[in-house]
Amino acid sequence: MANSLQAGAATGHGPGAGGEATRRDFLVLATAALGAVGIASVAWPLIDQMNPAADVLALSTTEVDIAPVEVGQAITVVWRGKPVFVRHRTPEEIKSAEDTPLGDLKDPQPDSARVQKPEWLVMIGVCTHLGCIPKGQMPTDDKGEYGGWFCPCHGSVYDTSGRIRKGPAPLNLAVPPYKFLTDTSLLIGEAPDAKPATGEAA
Amino acid sequence: MAAPAFSNPIVRWIDHRLPIFSFMHHEMHEYPTPKNLNYFWNFGSLAGFMLITMIVTGIVLAMHYTPHASLAFQSVERIMRDVNYGWLVRYLHMNGASFFFIVTYIHIFRGLYYGSYKTPRELLWMLGVVILLLMMATAFMGYVLPWGQMSFWGATVITNFFTAIPIVGDAITTWLWGGYSVDNATLNRFFSLHYLLPFVILAVVGVHVMALHRHGSNNPLGIDMKGPQDSISFHPYYTVKDYFGIAVFLLFYAGFVFFAPNFFGEPDNYIAANPLSTPPHIVPEWYFLPFYAILRAVPDLWIIDAKLAGVIAMFGSIILLFFLPWLDHSPVRSARFRPAYRFFFWVLVLACLVLGWVGANSPDASFHGVPFLWIGRIATSYYFLHFLVILPILGYVEKPKPLPLSISEPVLKRTAYGAKTMEKA
Ligand code: HEM
Ligand code: FES
Repeated sequence: MANSLQAGAATGHGPGAGGEATRRDFLVLATAALGAVGIASVAWPLIDQMNPAADVLALSTTEVDIAPVEVGQAITVVWRGKPVFVRHRTPEEIKSAEDTPLGDLKDPQPDSARVQKPEWLVMIGVCTHLGCIPKGQMPTDDKGEYGGWFCPCHGSVYDTSGRIRKGPAPLNLAVPPYKFLTDTSLLIGEAPDAKPATGEAA
Repeated sequence: MAAPAFSNPIVRWIDHRLPIFSFMHHEMHEYPTPKNLNYFWNFGSLAGFMLITMIVTGIVLAMHYTPHASLAFQSVERIMRDVNYGWLVRYLHMNGASFFFIVTYIHIFRGLYYGSYKTPRELLWMLGVVILLLMMATAFMGYVLPWGQMSFWGATVITNFFTAIPIVGDAITTWLWGGYSVDNATLNRFFSLHYLLPFVILAVVGVHVMALHRHGSNNPLGIDMKGPQDSISFHPYYTVKDYFGIAVFLLFYAGFVFFAPNFFGEPDNYIAANPLSTPPHIVPEWYFLPFYAILRAVPDLWIIDAKLAGVIAMFGSIILLFFLPWLDHSPVRSARFRPAYRFFFWVLVLACLVLGWVGANSPDASFHGVPFLWIGRIATSYYFLHFLVILPILGYVEKPKPLPLSISEPVLKRTAYGAKTMEKA
């Protein structure tokens, strides 16, 4: 042992003659560890600076006037830089959405869990596959075989509740937090304080 | 290596303190190179030429370009219309990206055909795969900069891959975007990184060449150089051949720049980005098409949904190349002496071309009644089978043809054989 310590001290580095760790090895490890801790302790600000900045976060609610939207029409508004679909559904659309057996769905969710008032379907208009904007808002659009939306990018088909029915998208179109300020105006970006009764849809 | 005796006293003075001239003489002049290289060995220097071209034209573009969501598109149009020779610099950069990829892909398939990834060149090959990944990231971010419709929607589709990651996917995507969608913050960071990455590539190319010069180039026979009779000095034999290659290459490159500058582009990218309207058909740049086809080919697999599986397969198709030197364990390098491997190599080339063609088409379209989705699935399956199953098996079952004893031998034998037949006659 004394021998090997001497050997280590003589060469100034490396394992002892017997291959066991020396005090020099400890110094190497300690130096490396201190460097790693030092880098890690300043890394977070450099990483976090890439997250949304305060001004981007501040744009997080949008108010929408839905009075002019007739039954069967839809409008698209911008919230957080993304389109939000607001569709005034027809009774047939509501009925087909409610009558769909959950077993037919890839991402099972009853229609009642996706609306606050059955006539008004509010969703983020971004395909859950890779982020394209599905067609179906304009009267001339291809709405897909379930009468909802059709994503032209890779062919995902959504029904009248915005639920995924066919194609590569894994999830239903997302429902953003929103609340009815009055019967004819919506605030997107904020959830209702108490969930309003949705009447016969429940 | 003895330092050459430089006649110029200033060169001698500098070289004594900083041996840069000896280094260059050693690596670019006397560097012994196999004497039997064919024209496929020109593509490495062509790739280097393109890297420099991209850096020079890119720096010029950055002098006039504005990285802001509301100004980027106009600033590129201004480069095209108002800046002196701006159109030329931009077309050189735009088409340069395509030609850089053409040259690099040929360079890679050269390596596959002649087994250049085998020992002792594994690290050389792996550094090449790193360069390929960096090039893809650079080209992807560059394509976002003009902020046209394809820029915006291409960026949206590609960054959305990250949402496929379980649990943290959304947080990572928001972090990449710097917001809740592709927007100004995204454009700014892409510009910053698009400026940075080519210089990282330059550094990795430096290490790539260092690894190359350790054992020298492979060659069409795939056997080692046995002595001085098998090599010639790099200068002037290969400097002149590389210059000739660049001249021929420039005919094609300049031909596109001057006569068909938008051939590789998408007309939709001359429409300013509109976050509320997706173009009917989003296609990536042609050099990403095979990967795009793999992405879309994969269905739900067990508990992994199609989106995540597609992303894994797409990245996996490149990551797998890192392991190629061990997947293909046949000791024979060149496909010339591996009849079975040569056959499968050409099937792989075909599969990659088919994937590119499928990637350019909508998945629900079909070709003479065969849906593109299925053509893509077959080609994707072959791609993975080739590397993960066929190559490992070939290493055991294939009977290679006899190798020549040295690079010079086939030449010598040909004359000896010629002499013998003459004797008989
Ligand atoms: C590996 C090398 C590089 C590759 C593969 C590459 C690729 C690309 C691509 C594909 C585009 C889009 C062209 C278009 O459609 O308009 C682009 C644009 C751009 N690149 Fe690069 N680039 C490289 C190096 C650089 C460098 C070193 C700079 C220096 C700052 C640069 C600055 C720019 C700028 C300012 C634009 C926007 C103007 C434009 O779109 O024409 N690039 N790049
Ligand atoms: S983005 Fe909608 S189907 Fe792919």
